Amino acid sequence: MNWVWLHKWGSPKWFYALSGRYLPWLTITSVVLLTVGIVWGLFFAPPDYQQGNSFRIIYIHVPAAILAQSIYVMLAVAGAVGLIWKIKLADIALRQAAPIGVWMTVIALMTGSIWGKPTWGAYWVWDARLTSMLILLFLYLGVIALGQAITNRDNSARACAVLSLVGVVNIPIIKYSVEWWNTLHQSASFSFTQKPAMPTQMWFPLLLTVIGFYCYFGAMLFMRMRLEVLQRENGSQWSTTEIDRLIGEHK
Amino acid sequence: MLFRQPSELVNPLAFFTLVGSLFPLALGTQPDFLRASAPGLLWVSALLAVLLSLEGLFRSDFDDGSLEQWIVSPNSLAILSLAKVSANWICTGLSLVVLAPVLALMLGLPGYCLPALMLSLLLGTPILSLIGAIGAALTVGLRRGGVLLALLILPLYVPVLILGCGAVEASLQGLPITAHILWLACLTVLAITLTPFAIGASLSISVTE
Amino acid sequence: MLELHSQKKSSLGSSPILEAVDLSCVRNNRQLFKSLSFKLRAGDMLHIRGHNGSGKSSLLRLLNGLNQPTSGHVLLLGRPLADLRNTLASRMIWIGHTPGIKATLTARENLEWLQSLHNRSASSEIPLALEKVGLRDFEDTPCHALSAGQQRRVALARLYLSNPASLWVLDEPFTCLDAEAIWQLEAHLETHCRNGGLVVLTTHHELNTRPHAYSGLDLRQYAS
Repeated sequence: MNWVWLHKWGSPKWFYALSGRYLPWLTITSVVLLTVGIVWGLFFAPPDYQQGNSFRIIYIHVPAAILAQSIYVMLAVAGAVGLIWKIKLADIALRQAAPIGVWMTVIALMTGSIWGKPTWGAYWVWDARLTSMLILLFLYLGVIALGQAITNRDNSARACAVLSLVGVVNIPIIKYSVEWWNTLHQSASFSFTQKPAMPTQMWFPLLLTVIGFYCYFGAMLFMRMRLEVLQRENGSQWSTTEIDRLIGEHK
Repeated sequence: MLFRQPSELVNPLAFFTLVGSLFPLALGTQPDFLRASAPGLLWVSALLAVLLSLEGLFRSDFDDGSLEQWIVSPNSLAILSLAKVSANWICTGLSLVVLAPVLALMLGLPGYCLPALMLSLLLGTPILSLIGAIGAALTVGLRRGGVLLALLILPLYVPVLILGCGAVEASLQGLPITAHILWLACLTVLAITLTPFAIGASLSISVTE
Repeated sequence: MLELHSQKKSSLGSSPILEAVDLSCVRNNRQLFKSLSFKLRAGDMLHIRGHNGSGKSSLLRLLNGLNQPTSGHVLLLGRPLADLRNTLASRMIWIGHTPGIKATLTARENLEWLQSLHNRSASSEIPLALEKVGLRDFEDTPCHALSAGQQRRVALARLYLSNPASLWVLDEPFTCLDAEAIWQLEAHLETHCRNGGLVVLTTHHELNTRPHAYSGLDLRQYAS
């Protein structure tokens, strides 16, 4: 198998060059998709026959929630890559993706509770999906807190990797047990595999915003990782040149 | 693995009883209300007691260099950590199982619920100890690991808490508890097979400087 | 690559047991040492010197597999250390700065536990070994009641048990010991090397009794 690409991406300098090439495209795609999706969703999609216009918050809530879960899986994958192949870049990805995951979880929780007010009449109900999200938030906070508590950089990366792997094994168990604990919840509103129950007019903008959120995450992650790569490589020839160039641009 | 400090053994048990008896003081002593919340109260107290007993699980081994000796020994770290956690569980988890009925009766849980309570604790506390040991192994090198340990592992305790409480509540309402118990047993087996490797990996990370 | 002068003196025919190839170690963004290479054969003693924080202990922890080098590698019997963890474990005694002595156990129990941890059985020799390190009357005293020097002796008693471990990696073994004990330990290390053992140690103390194939390694030469 050809692993050359993996090692190229694993080298900080290559990553910096390649990600720099993809970054504008990702940013543009995410801006276009999010604008189209949200404008369509908020102004042109038909109102829900039960919930009226309040359902429109799903154009933010659902993508954030989906992304929050995928980011945790990504943390675990990055952790595994970092542990097995000892690729430093995977550690950087893990460390930089975790805060974005926290924000996505917070957005999902907040929009969920805002949505809950007109729907259930209370900001917080112990709904299974909200509860799982809350636990996910704690899992994220745990990874970040552990990463910050361990001062040795390599150890902290490996410890976070182990913790996120343990967490990812537990997430399905937590999810099922919480659902079992509370079967009072709405069934999933959106999935890639099943034909959705929503009319096309409603779910197509949702699809756009979901992909838009993913691109946004990619762009944010690349930006944060590039910054940390520059920081870590500080002192090496190429990073010094790059930093000088960046400072020159801003003058 | 030898335990020569009786205080470390008794502390979590005393803690368990103390927390268990704080609840009536806080919530009032209406028998019906206490009985209805007893499964949750007992499980939360047990969970916190296990957490407390785990904080120092590897601390002395880390401080006196025993963990280094574990790693350079020909034995696998997973086996050694499983042995250590088992020893800890026999001292705390198992005694919690024995002590729980006393507290349960104090909270007014009827006698027919006791088998469900003890069985669920018997199956659930090993999972708590094993998962908690991962956190203890990850935080052993840190000076103030206690709060961090709680933050790391309490979210992972959710399924056990739900299933354990569920079993006791079901028996309180006269429903069958087989499903809960089977799921708990399933998780116990899963935890015994998988967690020792995670504990071993975490220990070797913590010992690496 | 700097060769150590010991190799000329030691038995040239035998193949190296422990080998360091171009080791470097970075700790907390600080380069401790780099391009460090040496070969150790049976009968050699390597004395690692350097000021505090120069990476003496770190080097030992690379040799015993507790830490991984930033670059370069350690070879045991010509093969990477990571492939031979069990061989290393059965051939090595590691006594670190914290030697793994449990305060709640007695001297005898500590040795029994450490021997069984390393799959070595020598419980009948334990009283003799404790006698050799001068702890004859303290066999059954819990270690928290022993002085720092006495606790160090309990750990060092492992070196007096007959076992197949030929590679001794010792971090500051002379700490807390009195003059007589230091003298005795030096002689014991010399005997071990004469019998074909291999000793790697760090100490600030100048060794008076040196084995035939003694070599010193000053980490200052390898600092960047």
